[in-house]
Amino acid sequence: MMVRVRVPTPLRKFTNGADEVKAQGNTVRALVDDLEKNFPGIKERICDETGKIRRFVNVYVNGDDIRFLQNMETIVKEGDNISIVPAIAGGRG
Amino acid sequence: MLTAIPGRRFPAEEVRAPKRVESVLDLIGDTPLLELRKITEGISPGVRIFAKLEGFNPGGSVKDRAAWRMVRDGIESGKLAKGKTILDSTSGNTGIALAMIGAVLGYPVELVMPSNVSAERKRIIGAFGAKVILSDPLEGSDGAIRLCRKILEQNPQRYFKPDQYFNPMNAQAHYETTGPEIYRQTRGEITHFIAGIGTGGTIMGVGRYLRERNPRIRVIAVEPDDALHGLEGLKHMASSIVPGIYHEEELDNKVPVATEAAYAMVYRVSQEEGILVGQSSGAAMHATLEVARRLTSGTLVTLFPDFGDKYLTTNLWLGWRERLSVGNLNFSI
Repeated sequence: MMVRVRVPTPLRKFTNGADEVKAQGNTVRALVDDLEKNFPGIKERICDETGKIRRFVNVYVNGDDIRFLQNMETIVKEGDNISIVPAIAGGRG
Repeated sequence: MLTAIPGRRFPAEEVRAPKRVESVLDLIGDTPLLELRKITEGISPGVRIFAKLEGFNPGGSVKDRAAWRMVRDGIESGKLAKGKTILDSTSGNTGIALAMIGAVLGYPVELVMPSNVSAERKRIIGAFGAKVILSDPLEGSDGAIRLCRKILEQNPQRYFKPDQYFNPMNAQAHYETTGPEIYRQTRGEITHFIAGIGTGGTIMGVGRYLRERNPRIRVIAVEPDDALHGLEGLKHMASSIVPGIYHEEELDNKVPVATEAAYAMVYRVSQEEGILVGQSSGAAMHATLEVARRLTSGTLVTLFPDFGDKYLTTNLWLGWRERLSVGNLNFSI
């Protein structure tokens, strides 16, 4: 099952500049692992060494922050929109 | 000067009246310098550490200085004529400063910012009567810059754009005020100045002034350790469009700081020194202690860009109880 994942500017160096990529998995955890397979190095930026989402990264499933859902175990379904958004408005510029 | 020593009484003539001013803009600058004595445990006794508390500016941050200097220059040069609107892209404190200044001087203000800036910031800016235009959060401040350019291109005559990344008045504000204040407040004893880079205005302006007074003073910049970070207000230069006012060759050194380390330092500064600061101050403190550990003597000055009340709804404090039980911190809540 494929979902669309929107990627913020500071992580696009891993996705060859793409602002949106496809990923496979039934949970956010599985999606992140799938992203890592296709874009090595990206997981370490999103998750800390214990596998939890880093404090300054927000992941949204259809606009809802996964911290208020089931975190990494949040279920994703075909057609869901996932966004990885830095907690602050940084980036280039 | 009154001190906080219980039971001690002072004759009335020792009480100095606070200054009386005609405009809130007269309150910009002249911020206190605080010696930090607890968080410095383990540092050589010959090393003193001070923090310049920029949260005492009326708009709540160091950005009041640069914004005010850029607006003044706009008025003096005729670029900001009456009837024009102040427009800029900003992710935070500069927007608050411009909104406050616009309210005082009677200029309309429009600010473009990514929608993921903290709720407090958007509300503060709105409270000053300025208009907030939101851009795509995934595009970061780049997206805000692009949208701002588009708005400007559509109607160039209508706007004045201070452009803090390229306006030399940004650094000039610190050359004229922050630098001299620090030099006076340390009676010229400062040996190291350590501050974060956002636009580079603070470190460039203060650094230039201090070097002119004493070329041996070290100027050290603090930056996030990665392009993806949570240090609002700071910039990771290697992955950024370098601001026109930033000249890296004028720095002695740069200290990279991990977001988690800066956050941890925010909690320590609150609980050990009694000052609630923002994450960029946490980063500055972390880097300052790193520099201090390598010294046997010196007078180090860092700059705390703002206080922390604007960040209470951000990830900095999200789930903080859980986080405080890890590492070497042990707080009872």
